[in-house]
Amino acid sequence: MTPLTSDYALEVIDLKKAFGGLVVTQSISLAIRPGERRLIIGPNGAGKTTLFNQISGDLRPNSGQIKLFGTDVTHFTPYTRAHFGLSRTYQIITLFSGDTLEHNVTLGLLGLRPSRWQMWRPLSFYGDLATEARRTLDAVGLLHLAEHPVSDIAYGAKRRVELAMALAQRPRVLLLDEPLAGLSNTERSQVKSLIASIPRETTVIMIEHDMDTALDLAETVTLLNYGRVIVDGDRDAVIADERTREVYLGV
Amino acid sequence: MRRMAATLLAVLFLSLPFFAGDFYINLASQILIAAIFALSLNLLVGYGGMTSLGHASYLGVAAYISALLTSRYGFGHGPAAIISIAGTTAMAAFFGVIALRATGLGFLMITLALSQVLWGLAYRMSNVTNGDNGIAGLTRPMPFGISLDSAAAFYWFALLVATFAFLMMTTFVSSSFGSSLKGVRDQPRRMAALGFNPWMIRWITFIYAGFWGGVSGLLYVYYNKYIHPTSLSTTSSAEALLGVIAGGSGTLGGPVVGAALVLLLKNYASAYIERWNMLLGLVFLFIVLVMPTGIVPGLSRLATGLRRGSR
Repeated sequence: MTPLTSDYALEVIDLKKAFGGLVVTQSISLAIRPGERRLIIGPNGAGKTTLFNQISGDLRPNSGQIKLFGTDVTHFTPYTRAHFGLSRTYQIITLFSGDTLEHNVTLGLLGLRPSRWQMWRPLSFYGDLATEARRTLDAVGLLHLAEHPVSDIAYGAKRRVELAMALAQRPRVLLLDEPLAGLSNTERSQVKSLIASIPRETTVIMIEHDMDTALDLAETVTLLNYGRVIVDGDRDAVIADERTREVYLGV
Repeated sequence: MRRMAATLLAVLFLSLPFFAGDFYINLASQILIAAIFALSLNLLVGYGGMTSLGHASYLGVAAYISALLTSRYGFGHGPAAIISIAGTTAMAAFFGVIALRATGLGFLMITLALSQVLWGLAYRMSNVTNGDNGIAGLTRPMPFGISLDSAAAFYWFALLVATFAFLMMTTFVSSSFGSSLKGVRDQPRRMAALGFNPWMIRWITFIYAGFWGGVSGLLYVYYNKYIHPTSLSTTSSAEALLGVIAGGSGTLGGPVVGAALVLLLKNYASAYIERWNMLLGLVFLFIVLVMPTGIVPGLSRLATGLRRGSR
């Protein structure tokens, strides 16, 4: 498996997925360049999260291809894709609620290290993990809560822990599934500046309903409806497009 | 304070044969064996979220292999022990591949079915296993020429093995692998997305639990000098599972306390009450109602509550 030099960080080619008779992604093709900030929009049920689940490997497509940096990963398991530089967050918060924030982020770090198989040394032996986890928590403004269990903290903070877990992995491609969902205005602007500060080595693909905030972060936009790509391109062009108004903005 | 309590406990354990009679020394040996067994089951149930109803397979198979090799094929205890543990561990690896095709209830049913197969074999393959008669007339090993025939000697031997087992399993669950395991128990999908291989983590744990189940089986057959198909039965698996849940699954002390409770009720209460099973049932009902997470977590919560209250 020689890494092909590819123009694209992520390519999705003619992806199809149906649950029984319900076709969720009809035929989706995307090509996203390294470092790009892509926003994926569409009404509820358009197939956005299903697309993410196929890219991350949680769901197997019925047909089509997914490529990461030119390598076909369609049949890779989710954890192999993670080692390939893919990271994601969940629309529904999926954290280890009994564990501390530090431990949550540490798990994110551990996932990519060989020491996750180590059975004879306590986790605390790897001091660099804790240091790194704290640094990441500091970056998302939660260092003061590092010792608290996730179940103790507020919803907005949990959203940031989701983000911290993914960011700690320094992914090459980051999938964000509604990172702003359910946040207050203050929290929204915090998370927004956090996403804006993600380094350019990371390609960011984001599903978000809050257009005011999300459009500021995006360079390119893909509009999905009924499992198809309706419009795809530069942000301003997509917004100006008639079909976007028709489908999404309802004007 | 904590260190003092641990030292006191160690002294108590070590010196038990000096002040207790043979009945109690033997009871303590049985508790130690059951504790190793329960601890190994707890790796699956408490730390891995894999509720198994067939863990007696590992205890029983290790015991049978050792019994057959020493009594029928003229093996010494050393080689027999090594073969029996290696065989049991290999069996766990194989059973793990089958059982881990499912999780939750499916996993429980497969482990139950596999253990039933072994139990049936032990009963019916009487030309090998002696069937319902069991295999009697076994001997205890003599490590470094020391006889383990007295109650006290065997107790110290069991205490040594149990202490080692406890330390090894404690190290296992507090290692980074242990963190991976607990993560897979709580959020398997997230763990996979983070780069962990949930299946492999569960499988390795399954094998490790099988290994320690085998160790407890060896001690079991050494202690009883006899082996019968009931050691492979569902009752045997279920008793251990009850002990783990009653003591507190997912804690280190819980399975030890739970195993002790089951054995004490079984051996001690049965002398006074004929229907001791009913008493066992009532005690478990009480525990589940009053401390749903088990005795050890329940008591520690109570202790912190009292400390806070007295301040």
